[in-house]
Amino acid sequence: MTDAGHAALAGAPFIEGIGLSRAYGGVRALHNASLAVLPGEVHALVGENGAGKSTLIKVLGGRVRPDSGEIRLRGTSVSFSGPEAAHRVGVQTVFQELTLLPSLTVAENLFLSREPRSRLTHLIDRRAMGRRAEELLTGMGIDHIDPLAAVEDISLSERQLVEIVRAISHEPDILFLDEPTSSLVEREVVWLFEQIRRLRARGTAMVFTSHRWNEVRSIADRITVFRNGGDVGTFTDISEDDAVSLMTGRHVETLYPPVPALTASAPIALETHHLASAHLHDVSLQLHAGEILGVGGLAGHGHRALFFTLFGADRATSGTITVAGKQVSIRSPHDAMKRGVGIALVPEDRKTEGLLLRMSVRDNMTLAILRGRLSRMGFLRRAEEKRLSSDLSRQLRIKTAGPHIAVGSLSGGNQQKVLLGRWLLAEPRILLLYDVTRGVDVSTKAEIYALIHRLAAEGKAILFYSSDAEELAHLTHRVLVMREGRIAAALEGNAITAEAIVSAAVRDTSPASGRGTHAA
Amino acid sequence: MPPDPAITVAGRPFRRPRWKLLLAQNVGLALAVVMLILSLVIYCVIYVAAQHRLPGNFELTSTVNTTMPLAFASIAQTIVVLTRGIDLSVGGVVDLSNAVAAVKLGDSLGSEILWSLVVLVIGATCGLVNGLLVTLGRLQPILVTLATLSIYQGIAIRVLPQPGGQIPQNYTDAFASITGPWSLLYVIIVGVLWWAFRRSSLGVGVFAIGNDETAASANGVAVRRARILAYVLGGVFSAISGLFLAASATAGDATTGNTYTLTSIVAAVLGGVSLFGGRGNGVGAILGAFISTMIVNILFFAHINPLYQSFYEGLFLVLAVVLVGSVGRLMRKAM
Ligand SMILES: Nc1ncnc2c1ncn2[C@@H]1O[C@H](COP(=O)(O)OP(=O)(O)O)[C@@H](O)[C@H]1O
Ligand SMILES: [Mg+2]
Repeated sequence: MTDAGHAALAGAPFIEGIGLSRAYGGVRALHNASLAVLPGEVHALVGENGAGKSTLIKVLGGRVRPDSGEIRLRGTSVSFSGPEAAHRVGVQTVFQELTLLPSLTVAENLFLSREPRSRLTHLIDRRAMGRRAEELLTGMGIDHIDPLAAVEDISLSERQLVEIVRAISHEPDILFLDEPTSSLVEREVVWLFEQIRRLRARGTAMVFTSHRWNEVRSIADRITVFRNGGDVGTFTDISEDDAVSLMTGRHVETLYPPVPALTASAPIALETHHLASAHLHDVSLQLHAGEILGVGGLAGHGHRALFFTLFGADRATSGTITVAGKQVSIRSPHDAMKRGVGIALVPEDRKTEGLLLRMSVRDNMTLAILRGRLSRMGFLRRAEEKRLSSDLSRQLRIKTAGPHIAVGSLSGGNQQKVLLGRWLLAEPRILLLYDVTRGVDVSTKAEIYALIHRLAAEGKAILFYSSDAEELAHLTHRVLVMREGRIAAALEGNAITAEAIVSAAVRDTSPASGRGTHAA
Repeated sequence: MPPDPAITVAGRPFRRPRWKLLLAQNVGLALAVVMLILSLVIYCVIYVAAQHRLPGNFELTSTVNTTMPLAFASIAQTIVVLTRGIDLSVGGVVDLSNAVAAVKLGDSLGSEILWSLVVLVIGATCGLVNGLLVTLGRLQPILVTLATLSIYQGIAIRVLPQPGGQIPQNYTDAFASITGPWSLLYVIIVGVLWWAFRRSSLGVGVFAIGNDETAASANGVAVRRARILAYVLGGVFSAISGLFLAASATAGDATTGNTYTLTSIVAAVLGGVSLFGGRGNGVGAILGAFISTMIVNILFFAHINPLYQSFYEGLFLVLAVVLVGSVGRLMRKAM
């Protein structure tokens, strides 16, 4: 591990934050944090949720004013009145929360406040704008997004791509990307890294954050570790273990606890026979009580359809589902949650698919049992609600000032825990966990893993999809790899390795679909 | 930008057909067209049943002339609603402009032009007051415009305490001619203006702040300016509404405008404008105004007891809103 002090590096920094602090109420989001970004480097910011990475990027991107500290641009002190002021001096930012305007078209968003004008009337030339947006997108290899589509009609990952394209199209000298890959699928990540390499070759400085170590390793020239609102070191070469212990004070081996033993006689909790729909083909599987059954494969190969069908949010066109030996008909999530079925789904996209961000932690937790356990003759049992939710907050170690706090103000990992908590309260027999650790930091991941194991040990049947093959390999009893809507491979025992999962997922498909892990 | 050998990112290889995208973006407008056609057909059927002949030039002309003030009021409302605001003072500005026109318009062309312009300036000033209070005072639009509604109504009563005044005949001929539906010409003009508005920085700004104010300002939209100007434009269109009202009534009344506060909201919603801001179309709002009038006409010829008229109007409104909402959702799902 080499600690590369600023003096040791060639070239003066493009942009530099020195001793930056920023507090929100009593929370010190950023405390005496410094970062120096060199021309043409790709600089990764790593740290747990809530470490202050986004706040630093907001400060340097002109969106948030620091309480104290200095920003230097090419050696001279600057202060940004807003993101637009930063744009004018060549600083572009893709913020963690997207800033596209949903009811406007992709083209309008790409050219907002720099629209091509008609020479005659000086009005916006929408046709030229559409054409130029098309050129911009296809020039960067994106031909599946229609520039005339409204942003609200394209998918989350497409929006992220548009946001990235917009930032790059300003030809910035410095580009900040805050968790750009968290909503992208593999091939889109490959695309993004291709763009980053191209920009680096042009001398653009880039800063990005990610919770995935393989991404950081494959593209970053330098890595700055953040912890508790400040930087704890900048490195050109650091192992994952060392980085994680710097971020958390925990060692990476302890991340994955040993998988609990399976009882041989465990009954089958969930079984499907020849399940099929538009995205599923002949899926038959058995899930036992106490078992953690992994589902792996590349995004877009039917996992989502499988999980949503089992939860009643999608419909199967044929095939049957059996729960505890009885055939059931699941036509809605309500059916799935019914007594005697007891299936719960924790989705990945907690913001749009699960949580009511403005409501409190408590309300979010008890949502699924309001009409069940918590109701007595139609009235809510308030005391019971309070007791259950505060017990659970403690159990899950949710970091919040109290159960009355709005969920939206919690960090990503803690939001995910609230969502998990909701389904635990519902006491399901079968838990469908769909990429629940995406965008969650290491410590919280470790806690979620431990929780999953505890639930399995209690006899719950768990179907676990993850986009992270490493995680699948370490956490599950068995893994089914899906490809094109079918179960392409089943791995068991020692055969479960991240490599085996990835190779089963990409076999027979184009080589471009693996995640790029080669160093630039 | 030079073409470069970047990897293509065909997450989903096929684009959806353009017409689907455009329809999804203009569901409200499309439904307004459908509702207008439907209401026209129903009107004709009921009319024929009652009168044993088709409605003719007279019916068309009077429909157009009674709708014009509402059409302009609904445009005023739409511009403000697009910024995620609401303008309850529309009725007050209509009253005020109506009263000033009735008192001041002289028989000479010069006087007519001068006082019409003065009325527009008054409308703009009313809008400016709203806009400044909302933007700089950081007050809620509904509270601000509720207060200014009363204020503008009060001033209107001061200007014209009793119904009266006189609108010159040529003014009526120009804006509410009884010889034919010539006022439809103004609808076309407004359509063109809307087309230009949508292509101006102000128009884009208005839509942008209705979508997401912070994101808009992060991308260089002059948020305050756009919001204030939206209220100013709203004031101007409310004033135009008052002028059309004066022209068609041929005299002034400082209270007839009151209803336009609510009916302008109804017309905008019927025309597919979202009260959550950022979505809508001025042409849709005009269609919404015509739909409102047709509903009243239908109720009239269906011999609905006038006591129940507002009941049925409300019923139609709820139906229309449910229709717009659910069809829009279905459309998006089907894509
Ligand atoms: N707008 C805000 N209001 C209140 N607290 C905030 C706000 N933004 C960030 N925080 C808090 O500041 C801390 C750092 O957050 P953030 O910079 O988003 O971390 P990271 O991006 O590293 O996950 C967190 O504890 C977060 O809850
Ligand atoms: Mg962050």
